[in-house]
Amino acid sequence: MRIGAAKATYAADEALFDSATQRCWLGVLFTALVCFPFLANAYWLYLAGLVAINVVSVTGLNILTGYTGLVSLGHAAFLGLGAYTVAILEARAGTNFLLNLVVGGGVATIGGLIVGMPSLRVKGLYLAISTIAALFILQFVFYNWVAVTGGSAGLSVPPARLFGLVLDDSFKFYWVIVPLTVLLLFGAANLFRTRIGRAFIAIRDRDISAEVLGIPLLRYKLMSFGLSSFYAGVAGGLWAYFFRSVTPESFPLLLSIFYLAAVIVGGMGTILGGILGAAFMTLVPELLKLIVGWLPIQGDTLVIISPLRTIAFGALIIGFLIFEPNGLAEIWCRVRRFFHLWPFKT
Amino acid sequence: MDWLLLLEVSLAGLGTGGLYALTALAFVMIYKATKVVNLAIGEMLMMGAYFFFAFSAALQLPWWLAMAGAVMGGGLLGAVIERLTIRPLLGKSTLSVFMVTVGLASVFVGVVELVWTADPRALPEFIPRAAVFIGPAFVAPKIFYSFLVAAALIAATLFVLRFWRGGVALRATASDQVAAYAMGINVPRVFSVAWIIAGMIAALAGILVGAIGGISSAMGQFGLSVLVVVIFGGLDSVPGALVGGIVVGLMEALAGTYLGGEYKRLTPFSLLALILIVRPYGLFGTAEIERL
Repeated sequence: MRIGAAKATYAADEALFDSATQRCWLGVLFTALVCFPFLANAYWLYLAGLVAINVVSVTGLNILTGYTGLVSLGHAAFLGLGAYTVAILEARAGTNFLLNLVVGGGVATIGGLIVGMPSLRVKGLYLAISTIAALFILQFVFYNWVAVTGGSAGLSVPPARLFGLVLDDSFKFYWVIVPLTVLLLFGAANLFRTRIGRAFIAIRDRDISAEVLGIPLLRYKLMSFGLSSFYAGVAGGLWAYFFRSVTPESFPLLLSIFYLAAVIVGGMGTILGGILGAAFMTLVPELLKLIVGWLPIQGDTLVIISPLRTIAFGALIIGFLIFEPNGLAEIWCRVRRFFHLWPFKT
Repeated sequence: MDWLLLLEVSLAGLGTGGLYALTALAFVMIYKATKVVNLAIGEMLMMGAYFFFAFSAALQLPWWLAMAGAVMGGGLLGAVIERLTIRPLLGKSTLSVFMVTVGLASVFVGVVELVWTADPRALPEFIPRAAVFIGPAFVAPKIFYSFLVAAALIAATLFVLRFWRGGVALRATASDQVAAYAMGINVPRVFSVAWIIAGMIAALAGILVGAIGGISSAMGQFGLSVLVVVIFGGLDSVPGALVGGIVVGLMEALAGTYLGGEYKRLTPFSLLALILIVRPYGLFGTAEIERL
């Protein structure tokens, strides 16, 4: 609670951005997002695109794991579904880019609904493991349904076209990817001000109590799976256009773990956490490259980057779960609280 | 229908199944005592195999000494994991502990790649090479002897659980933690012991798996099949782990031979999905009753 911000109505209490200062900073952030592509070089634009895609995907997983409390290790499969749908539509049908993304999200949603089906009977860890099964089954389809998915060689995706403009580099694609990400983030943030989002949170806190309160568990759990997969599907579609090729190796179990790690590191059950976690986890390898560059090591440093990255991912998951279970979002809030309450002690 | 081929394939599957059952036993031991679903079991296996590799190939120790060293290393690893990462999360939600083990798996893979690189390697030979025939069917000697060792080890573990004081304490803790505390059982020590024994079993299983198929940083994949085994049999059931291990081993071998190699991974996971829908707590697992 900010000092000097008394709220008189329920609506004011529920507002996403509740003070002038906050709206001010939001304006600064948007200006920065608009200015960024003109100032950054191609490499930073590439990273920005990657972060934005991961933010969408992590937000999707956060809806399912952070807000509804259903752990999924199959998130990569839904990304794959979206990516393959988009790749096939773009190459075979050549339909509109935005339509492809929505259809990709839709196909992923259907996949999510099917995978979520056992979620009423199967709970907790058993569910997490059944999503691993779904991941392997879908991977099998990606590898072996050669006529449609191109087998292990995968598919190449033509660049996206919007209003006759070919979006073939990071600079042009930035203007599609970032607004879409912002839109999806606002969608997710608003979701949790509605009945549906509240139901998700109630299910996370105690699913049996939620049912006693009149929340049909199966319907809402499926809805959560569907929404989460939709976000994953859209992220997968963006991924397909971003990397311009889709192969089965792009969506391994490790990717699911990466997203789960991002949700945990960022902070489960907060929109801000999804953003921070995705950005942080995407930039960790870059940070490692920097650190390894400083170390006095002879020979090929690239060889040790990949294992170091694997170790860092694991260590981050463990460290955050033990020492900061609420993630980066909690750290962020602590810092903010310090300034809000100043000159009083937090 | 080639009956001899079927027999040989089934025997090979049975051999792998023995190793699955052994690893699943380590998994179930941890789960029963501490209620931790250890996704890093495959990676603990891998660490054991690499310990053996380090002792026998780099330090040139004889294989039995290297094996003893690797088993000790595995036990130590189990103890360290329990003390550093599982103990601080005591009483937290099972899901966070589960995700800690996911993190552990990732750390181990990274460590192996850093120290030994990601290239596959072969363990030094220590299993007799002479071909083994059961009736008319040929069994690869490595698989045959691994199965024997696995079976002996399973029997030994069951014996220990049944008659050793610590084993009784472990079973008491598994059945009711609070009551075990009240009877003067040092429950945190039981947790440690469970992890140490599981680490030792995993290390031995890792050496056997590595002797059959070689070792690499992707060896943890074995753990995924073990996951299917324990879900199939029920997380907290020792007989379930044994039956599940044999069934999954057989199914993988049969599917790999008759449907093609790409079905080897698919079949157990399809089985898993099916089992979860029909019996959410596995074949022999106890159904959890939730109360408000």
